[in-house]
Amino acid sequence: MSLQQLDCRRLLCPMPVIRVQDRVQQLQSGDELEVICTDPGVMQDIPAWCRINGHQVLEQRQQGDEYCLLVQVGSD
Amino acid sequence: MQRKAVALISGGLDSLLAARVMLEQGIHVEGINFFTGFCVEGHTHAIRKKDQKKPKRNNALWSAEQLGIKLHIIDIIEEYKDIVFNPKYGYGANMNPCLDCKIFMVKKAREWMEAHDFDFIITGEVVGQRPKSQRKETMPVVQRDSGIEDLLLRPLCALNLPETKPEREGWVNRDKLYGFSGRTRKPQMALAKEFGFEDYAQPAGGCCFLTDEKYSNKLQDLWKARGSKQYEMDDIMLLKVGRHIRPEPGYKLIISREEGEGKFLQGYRKQYPSLRTTSHPGPLALIDGEFMDEQIEQAARIVARYSQGKMADEVELEFMDRDGDTRLLKVKPLAPNELPGEWMV
Repeated sequence: MSLQQLDCRRLLCPMPVIRVQDRVQQLQSGDELEVICTDPGVMQDIPAWCRINGHQVLEQRQQGDEYCLLVQVGSD
Repeated sequence: MQRKAVALISGGLDSLLAARVMLEQGIHVEGINFFTGFCVEGHTHAIRKKDQKKPKRNNALWSAEQLGIKLHIIDIIEEYKDIVFNPKYGYGANMNPCLDCKIFMVKKAREWMEAHDFDFIITGEVVGQRPKSQRKETMPVVQRDSGIEDLLLRPLCALNLPETKPEREGWVNRDKLYGFSGRTRKPQMALAKEFGFEDYAQPAGGCCFLTDEKYSNKLQDLWKARGSKQYEMDDIMLLKVGRHIRPEPGYKLIISREEGEGKFLQGYRKQYPSLRTTSHPGPLALIDGEFMDEQIEQAARIVARYSQGKMADEVELEFMDRDGDTRLLKVKPLAPNELPGEWMV
């Protein structure tokens, strides 16, 4: 199991979702990906993408103007 | 054997219904959504503060979730440029290359279908719904030019079109497909009700910025100023933001109209020289293009015009170059009659 980071600051949706999707394809089931964004839309879009593709958002929080999500890669 | 279909999911009602019709017939469906850079979805919501009260959901993701299918969002920004620059079938009312766009997306979906061992493609197209890309004459053009031929099924209007391979082979039951046509939305709304879809997206004016007249004008202005058809992602993002004013052929100002846009433009201050008022509350402006030193004052006077000091004798502004070096300027704001209409892009 690994923990990786992905910087999506200044990207507007759906680009952060696309970056997460592309990175998750390279990861193994159970790996975790911490994503940092500035578009508030990610707080809805990344969890929605995770739900339909079988991944899990373990944590999501706002820190000032930044939005941070921790995604765990699913088994499918 | 369960057949597999790739559905082009735009986030609108038609593609949602088309996919649902296939699910009803036991087909395994996965969605594809293409991001061209010009998609209305998302971006302006994130930028403008006044828009942030609206729901920020991505409608393609929402559709997929309603359907219970996977959605693959594909970045086609670079490849799409050729469609925007050289559309074989020309533009629509504005800079929208709708028919070429549809052909390109079906072609990309075909490549995805072949790579992932799917059987056919579905779209939410309806004959006669769009003046450029969804006409009876253009439907076969999409099939031919994309190379998909009769592996493209349009479940909502299939009864108005020749049989496709999925129907001929019995993968889907043609009797359970639909014969919608024209611009009316009533049959789709009735079908949505039947399926229990309520909160679906109702786009006003399409889902692509290239169908927007003002946006298209700004894009043409950009190409004219640069002497060639080209753009980068930042260019097309910035065309969606602020007031664009071109006082000289060589440069233009992008002036924020409200706090959200100012915050967004702030992120570009390392890439573009900028001006912001310091003596009065006011906008942030980026300067795009090449300009002479003496033109900075002209630019500053324009920016001051949009600050709360527009009636003052003097407004102070900070100019910052790409290296982050700053200097202060004191200027008289431009009077309204000194701002010619032809400067406004």
